[in-house]
Amino acid sequence: MPDAPSTDVIQGTLDLLILKSLSLEPMHGYGIARRIEQISRDVFKVNPGSLLVALKRLERDGALDSAWRDTANSRRAKYYSLTRAGRRRLADEAADWTRRANAVARLLNAEG
Amino acid sequence: MSIVRALRHGLRRLTHRADADREDADEIQHFYDQAVRDQLARGLSPEDARRSAQRALGNRTALREEVGRAGWESVVTDLGADLGYAARRIRRDPGFTAACVLTLALGIGASTAIFSVVEPVLFAPLPYPHADRVVAITDLGAPGAGGDVTYGSYEELLARAHTFVGLAAADRWRPALTGDGVPERLEGDQVTATYFRTLGVPPAIGRDFDASDEQIGAPRVAILADGLVRRRFGGSADVLGRQVTLDGVPYTVIGVMPPGFQNVLATAAQVWSPMRYRSHAPFQGPEWGHHLRMVGRLEPAATLDAGRRDLNAIARAPLAESPRPSWAALDAGLAVEPLRDSVTRQVRPALLAIMGAVLLVLAIACVNVTNLVLVRGEQRRAELSLRATLGAGRGRLVRQLLSESVMLAGIGGALGYAIAAFGVRALVALAPAGLPRADAIRLDGPVLAFALVITVIASLTVGLVPALQAVRADLRGGADAGARSTPRARHALRRSLVVAEVALALTLLVGAGLLLRSLERLFAVPPGFDPSHLLTMQVQIVGPRYRADTARQQFFERALDAVRAVPGVVDAAFTSQLPLSGDLEGYGVDFEQAAHENPTDYRDALRYAVTPDWFRTMRIPLRRGRFLDAHDRPGGPEAIVINESLARRVFGGRDPIGQRMRAGPELGRSDRPADIVVGVVGDVRQSSLAVDPPDAFYVAMGQWWWVDDVQSLVVRTNGGAAALTPALRRAIWSVDPDQPIARVATMDDLVARSEADRRFVLTVFEAFALAALALAAIGIFGVVSGTVTERSREIGVRAALGASRGSVLALVIGQGMTLTALGVAVGIVGSVAATRAIASLLYGVTALDPVTYAGVVATLAIASLAACSAPAWRAARVDPAIALRAE
Repeated sequence: MPDAPSTDVIQGTLDLLILKSLSLEPMHGYGIARRIEQISRDVFKVNPGSLLVALKRLERDGALDSAWRDTANSRRAKYYSLTRAGRRRLADEAADWTRRANAVARLLNAEG
Repeated sequence: MSIVRALRHGLRRLTHRADADREDADEIQHFYDQAVRDQLARGLSPEDARRSAQRALGNRTALREEVGRAGWESVVTDLGADLGYAARRIRRDPGFTAACVLTLALGIGASTAIFSVVEPVLFAPLPYPHADRVVAITDLGAPGAGGDVTYGSYEELLARAHTFVGLAAADRWRPALTGDGVPERLEGDQVTATYFRTLGVPPAIGRDFDASDEQIGAPRVAILADGLVRRRFGGSADVLGRQVTLDGVPYTVIGVMPPGFQNVLATAAQVWSPMRYRSHAPFQGPEWGHHLRMVGRLEPAATLDAGRRDLNAIARAPLAESPRPSWAALDAGLAVEPLRDSVTRQVRPALLAIMGAVLLVLAIACVNVTNLVLVRGEQRRAELSLRATLGAGRGRLVRQLLSESVMLAGIGGALGYAIAAFGVRALVALAPAGLPRADAIRLDGPVLAFALVITVIASLTVGLVPALQAVRADLRGGADAGARSTPRARHALRRSLVVAEVALALTLLVGAGLLLRSLERLFAVPPGFDPSHLLTMQVQIVGPRYRADTARQQFFERALDAVRAVPGVVDAAFTSQLPLSGDLEGYGVDFEQAAHENPTDYRDALRYAVTPDWFRTMRIPLRRGRFLDAHDRPGGPEAIVINESLARRVFGGRDPIGQRMRAGPELGRSDRPADIVVGVVGDVRQSSLAVDPPDAFYVAMGQWWWVDDVQSLVVRTNGGAAALTPALRRAIWSVDPDQPIARVATMDDLVARSEADRRFVLTVFEAFALAALALAAIGIFGVVSGTVTERSREIGVRAALGASRGSVLALVIGQGMTLTALGVAVGIVGSVAATRAIASLLYGVTALDPVTYAGVVATLAIASLAACSAPAWRAARVDPAIALRAE
């Protein structure tokens, strides 16, 4: 797997990945990007532009809250956290994704 | 909830732009710092770490832009930026801006002004409550075009119809108002008591008519218009209950109509009184004459169709208890149509033609501005490709260019609306006097809406085509923006626009040309008399003194003597009806020994009861026999003069002199002596120059069944006719100062006025056609001039290779004329279709009149030749050395 080329996040899944990353703890944008890349073992490469736009959109949708906080190295960073609506949305989107992924997996297995 | 959040965030961004931008920048900076730190932690050198982070982040400015534009508010900021940019560009190029704005302003202004005239007349509902339910009812079997209904029919329909809440009838009434002040002839209506209730407008003060007012012998009552009360009775407070003398009879004023009341059946009406007819009258009575206009108000639930079915079912099923005479048997059926359509039918073709013409002008204006914008777009290609290179998307560029044309059209529209405000006044002043609902013409809501809509359409047409064109060209050829290649597509577009302009202009010119030829033909039609130096006025006699015919006869004869004594008067005569004045009165005639295929066929002929000098005064030629003369007096043998048409139709080649004739009330009365035909005179046009002269007969004033109380005086003068008016008034009033004089006009005016509709349409068409011609010429000039500039190098090469000036001239002019020829070809096809719209306004020419088409094509050819000549001359003077050096 590590040798496989990294791909851009599939259209439409970035929101889900962001929500999932934030479900554990509040994070800043770079942290989210790193988390997604690490957990996916660098399969997904997060475009900073897409990420920041998605964060802004989710915040406006009411799924995220944001706050400027001082970081460990005393720089200010914008930390995002899930709102209650965000948690609901994560649960919905995760369930939906699993359903789809299972369906695709079944199809592929039947083919093979 | 999330919408509120989105709104709040967006608004914060709009109001605290700098803060929001800084936060975005901080977040991106933090992203970068973290990335660098991570790379350092992985063991990269600081420089590599920075480079790697930079690569991951991409173009920082673009990123900030992308993040900043993520919300809905970017549309607002973009729009602001676009408009600001457009405003700067528009200011920077005042010549271009002025050309575009003025062209659009004229187009939009003219369209708006015309629309404001057309809209209330043709489209707006009548000023009555639920006006869509008010209908006009006409008898399709009535003689003549008006479809007037008889009182007998009205009575039966009123009793039997069940889809109407009201039916009413009105009859033209022109009573003389005498008493205090100058005697005056009023316009009015005699109406059924249901009239105002059917229209839905009660009197503002006093009471409406009721059924008892219709009874024969009931006290005479009248309702007055607000304007008359103000003018003659100094306000409305005390007029109720007052007596006014109308036609010498006292009437009690019982009501005054509200100030804004519009009597669309007869717009000039100022006084109304109840009509009084007998119920189930004998057929000989006036109750069975076709002379009433009938209106109805449908029940709320009833459709127009239901009303039509209802009345026609009644028409088809006569009842034994209400017999009908043969001429009012209603067997041809009844027409039921919206009252609005009925009152505007006459002017509809003219107004629609004018509306069509102004829309053509607007189209040409838009095409012209589109062309200007296109030319300018070519000059801006470098700027556009720069902006595209800097990351402006295609949509953004289109929006940017569109915002410029929207701004141009917006300014043009606003200016156009101002032009319309003045134009409306000019149009109303210019409009023919009989234009229905002229008092409703103003700039109001619908007109403003129309102006807005056409402004938006104009801005889209002048903006979208060039914007898309510019963007397409830009994306294709952005890389070699400096290349001198001729982009053929762009030129093809501009050429086709010019072709369209020429075609539209040709259509307008053809319309104007056909109308011009029609009017020429019309005014070349001999009216049958000599209209120069003739003054006419209507004299009415009122009052109990003139009940007897002899008294009336005496009054008119004495008035005539007084008139003849006025210096400057050559000849004078009275007539019961005056040509080209709107009078039209005919009677059935029958000849005892006519040439007799069909002896029972009564014909209608116009009746002129005249004083003997009529023919000499009018200079109507004698064809056979003699004129009427002073010996044709009451009691003597009754002499008749007929016109040529009647003589030809009845007697063919035989001599009508000495034939016996009966007319009007004498028809079929063999117990009375018949009239003798003593002369034949030339035909006279009565209702219009365009209408063939009808059959007519002339009888001496005293020998007809009665002496008319309203007569027209015709005076031939040896100088300026109009100047004699005061002296003539004094002469008539010297006989009796109480007799009203109305409708004073020279015969030349009457002739001109009889064609006022056509002249109005022609004036408007001429103005529009000239504007269209100028715009088309400017368009041709623009395109040809543009190509000369772009091809100056090629022209220089040709010149260097020995091409003569003549051949260069021919090349350039040929290009312009090719466009013109194409436009003419397209335009001719369009005109053939479009001129059908004005077919009803034409006289003596067909819609395909070759002379008009030839003239119009020649005019266009000359105009476009003129437009090409300047650029062609410039091309011919291109110095080959300079052109080649520019290489």
